[in-house]
Amino acid sequence: MALRQQSSPHARGARPTSRVMLWVILAALPGLLAQTLFFGWGNLINVTWCIAVALTAEAVMLTLRKRPLSFFLKDNTAAVTGLLLGLSLPQFAPWWVSAIAVISAIVLAKQLYGGIGSNPFNPAMVGYALVLVSFPVAMTTNWAQPGLLWETAPGFGETLATIASGQHTAVDAFTMATPLDEYKHQIATHTSAEVLQHPTFGDGIAKGWEWVNAAFLAGGLVLVALKLITWHIPVGMLGAMTVLSLAFGGNEDLYAPLSLHLLAGGTMLGAFFIATDPVSAATSRQGKLIYGIGVGLLVYVIRTWGNYPDAVAFSVLLMNFAVPFIDHYTRPRTYGHHKARRGIPSKTSG
Amino acid sequence: MSTLWDFPGGIHPLEKKDLSTTRPIESAGIPEVLILPMQQHIGEPANVQVSVGDRVLKGQVLASVEGPVGVPVHAPTSGTIDAISHQPVPHASGMTDWCITLRPDGQDTWCERHPVEDIRSLERDEVLDAIRNAGIAGMGGAGFPSNIKLRPHKVRKVDTLILNGAECEPYITADDMAMRERASEVIEGMKIMAWILRPERCVVAIEDNKPQAVAAIRSACAGTQIEVDVIPTKYPSGGERQLIQILTGLEVPHGGIPADIGVMCQNIGTAIAVHRAINLGEPLISRTTTITGEALTNPGNFEVLLGTPISYLLDKAGLQADRLHRLVLGGPMMGYTLQTTDIPVIKTTNCVIAATAEELPDPAPEQPCIRCGTCAEVCPMDLLPQQLLWYAKADEFDKAEHENLFDCIECGACTYVCPSSIPLVQYYRYAKGEIRNLRAEQLKADKARERFEARQARLERDKAEKEAKRKERARAAAEAQARKQAEAAKAEAASNDDRSAKAAMVQEALARKKAAASPAKPESAAPEVDIEALEKQLKQAQDKLANMQSMLDEARSAGGDNVEKLERAVAKNQDRVQRAQEALDQAGTGSAKAEPASPQPEAAEQPDIPALEEQLEKARNKLENMQGMLNEAIETGADTAEKLKRAVAKNEERVKRAEEALAQARATDASSGSVTPQPEAPATEAQPDIPDLEAQLEKAQGKLDNMQAMLDEAKASGGNNVEKLERAVAKNRDRVARAQQALTQAQLQLTEQSTD
Repeated sequence: MALRQQSSPHARGARPTSRVMLWVILAALPGLLAQTLFFGWGNLINVTWCIAVALTAEAVMLTLRKRPLSFFLKDNTAAVTGLLLGLSLPQFAPWWVSAIAVISAIVLAKQLYGGIGSNPFNPAMVGYALVLVSFPVAMTTNWAQPGLLWETAPGFGETLATIASGQHTAVDAFTMATPLDEYKHQIATHTSAEVLQHPTFGDGIAKGWEWVNAAFLAGGLVLVALKLITWHIPVGMLGAMTVLSLAFGGNEDLYAPLSLHLLAGGTMLGAFFIATDPVSAATSRQGKLIYGIGVGLLVYVIRTWGNYPDAVAFSVLLMNFAVPFIDHYTRPRTYGHHKARRGIPSKTSG
Repeated sequence: MSTLWDFPGGIHPLEKKDLSTTRPIESAGIPEVLILPMQQHIGEPANVQVSVGDRVLKGQVLASVEGPVGVPVHAPTSGTIDAISHQPVPHASGMTDWCITLRPDGQDTWCERHPVEDIRSLERDEVLDAIRNAGIAGMGGAGFPSNIKLRPHKVRKVDTLILNGAECEPYITADDMAMRERASEVIEGMKIMAWILRPERCVVAIEDNKPQAVAAIRSACAGTQIEVDVIPTKYPSGGERQLIQILTGLEVPHGGIPADIGVMCQNIGTAIAVHRAINLGEPLISRTTTITGEALTNPGNFEVLLGTPISYLLDKAGLQADRLHRLVLGGPMMGYTLQTTDIPVIKTTNCVIAATAEELPDPAPEQPCIRCGTCAEVCPMDLLPQQLLWYAKADEFDKAEHENLFDCIECGACTYVCPSSIPLVQYYRYAKGEIRNLRAEQLKADKARERFEARQARLERDKAEKEAKRKERARAAAEAQARKQAEAAKAEAASNDDRSAKAAMVQEALARKKAAASPAKPESAAPEVDIEALEKQLKQAQDKLANMQSMLDEARSAGGDNVEKLERAVAKNQDRVQRAQEALDQAGTGSAKAEPASPQPEAAEQPDIPALEEQLEKARNKLENMQGMLNEAIETGADTAEKLKRAVAKNEERVKRAEEALAQARATDASSGSVTPQPEAPATEAQPDIPDLEAQLEKAQGKLDNMQAMLDEAKASGGNNVEKLERAVAKNRDRVARAQQALTQAQLQLTEQSTD
């Protein structure tokens, strides 16, 4: 009778990482559904394509790095990276733009840093930022025109053909500037009311986008409820954006209104699914809050005064830089201590 | 019910307590042998008081502790001592330790018991002694001697006494069942503790998953001031620090104990043991232990005699050996696995889990940490386990300590929730162990360094002492020699004639003046003083000699009758100089040996250079004078010119001789100077030379100019002395050139020294 020797605790009650990631994928499905409903098949095709490329790239890299293949592939993190890129990229982004984004995310940002858990930067956002600065035309002119799937959107075959053709330029018939882009470029010369006449805004805040963001918000709240993420990063980010919008955006003829900031672009996807990537985010509760606030501030600043229509990727990456610093100075006060031990240990105390 | 606080984090693992609460506490009976470890408590192990073959009675002391920390071990039943040997004991390492093996006789005969009739008739110390003599050590797990813990604190009074009935770990129900069935014993024990401590508040804290225990304790407490607090079920609420936080809102300071904030926690089992010890006079010989797990058909709580082998209990509980996969002593969160079932129950054994592979499955392989922070969410101490892991894995122990590694209570909540299946607690134990080892090694290294430094200091001191002794001896020797020399010189001086004595006196005065005027010499060590004295002597002798020489020269030139006498005096004086020189040499080498670093500038090798120079100077002056006189005479056409010419020639010869002597002396000086460095010697000599030389040069130049003028005049007037004047001018030119050369040389020497 060989008794098992094991260090305590003997009871384990964890949700394994693979299941955590599966939950993240499931929670993102309402958003994907809304995207498909309001912008056609593009995102669904992108997501499928990106996940396939991500898993392939991960498998190749694991093989090159001589790591057990199925053990790591099964953690579902590569699939999540692919999913997030598929959800973020323009609906009609050429296949090779998506592939470059995914490959740089998995190979450069993740595996070359040592694989899961070792990447200092959010892999999906590294990929996104790379293609955004490298292929600005492809990344800004390929956004689908909002329109219900069964009414105005191009069919599945047409969409697939457009993506697969690899054409760099947009198919004007299906595409349209995003609401954030449109507002930013027109508000200088038009009044808010005039700008909002553009069909990209539709009847509501931003046609289609508001539903997509609402769906990602709902999925994100599920993640919070399941304790897969904490509220700190989304609340910090959305809170910072809200405060800045109210402080600066009071005049809608100068700045985009709060509603547009929260419900257009990748706001909710960024707040609940991207900025919350645990590996590259701050780790303590207070740190997460500060990190989220930083992301929110940068998103608002870049959207308002920067040259890019959306800013989640750059904001997240910039805050990734700040994570070690934030972590050193946001340690919680440990039980029995008068105050938290902040900063790094001085050599003398060792 | 008073206010309750919450503690951060915590988890809700599967309780599995109902496995062992279905039936009342059962007596496990008397096994075939009892194995009693000598160390069942924190502190000194107990010393065996019996021998093999002894018959002992139930409750009889088998082993006791002399020192202050430790409690005795009693016989749980009557029987004979079978062995005193090393046996496996309950320890995570699976180690063996000294144990007494008792073979029960089945009679279960008690020894004499001494119950306390009325505790109020005793002193507190007497009660504490009784608790110690009953062998009571904390039964919750640590096993700290209860009499020490209960001893009132000198500085800080215990305000709050907490009886910890939280029993937050899954599976364990020993306290639960004891509270249900023996509530009055629990409360009696608590009353004794309260009588010792006199706290203001007495609390029994029970998790809300034990309603029957709560009811039983509530009824036992009726009519007392003891408060029963039902706390929310959340692991690890029964952790001492967490329970204190829940009940008082206070935190035990880092590195401190609960008594520091006026709180004390006691275990349910300990309370029962205290009651039995005081009110019944029974020592701690048995305890309630949960024997549970799905590999048992009949799990439950047993009243177990201490020393009962676990194999016996597992049989009692219906072990299905083929299903047993993991045997855990303690709870599933903080207990440790056993390698064998041949281990006795001791005072701190509250639970044994015989788990199947399905029940406590092997953990999944460890994955990399993704910093999800779930561990930080459940940490009851508000640590960042994900950061601790990072530093523990990287052996960055200073950073791990900075992250408060040592505040970790190893409750296992972080590991429980880790989605990457990382055995976090194991990493922390590793890091703690390494840090402790490093500290121990550091301490050792520090001690070794201190020892080494002390030894070095001692050796150095010895060396310095030896050196000082040696110097002292050298100094004494030099002094003795100097004294001898001085006596000899004195004796000789006394034998000198009046004239030379007079001259000596004058010279002495002159030398003193000169010495006073000369630049300060370095004076430090004692041996140097001697050398200085010797040098002074030498200098005096030299001066005298030079003086006599010049007198002799004068006399010779004047054709005086005292030439012979003076010659003798000069010879004698030369001897004296030589002797003084020798003495100085000896002293100089002696001191050079003693102090190799100290420079010896006033060397004796070139004693006659100044003298010779002086001589030369004088001769030159005289020559000059004569030359002048001669020139005058020639000019005036006086008849003394012929005579003067001869004198000048003689004097020229003398100057030449003096120059030669000087050159020779300088050569020897230079050659000896290359052997013994004498950096200061040329300075003291060359320096006074320069103004002299300059004056000389100026004079010679002036004279040359005069003569040239005279020559020009003579030439113009067609005088007959033109030729003669021409010669004189040429000679004078030579002289000027020589003087110039000497001056340049002296200046050169001076600059060389000053740049050294």
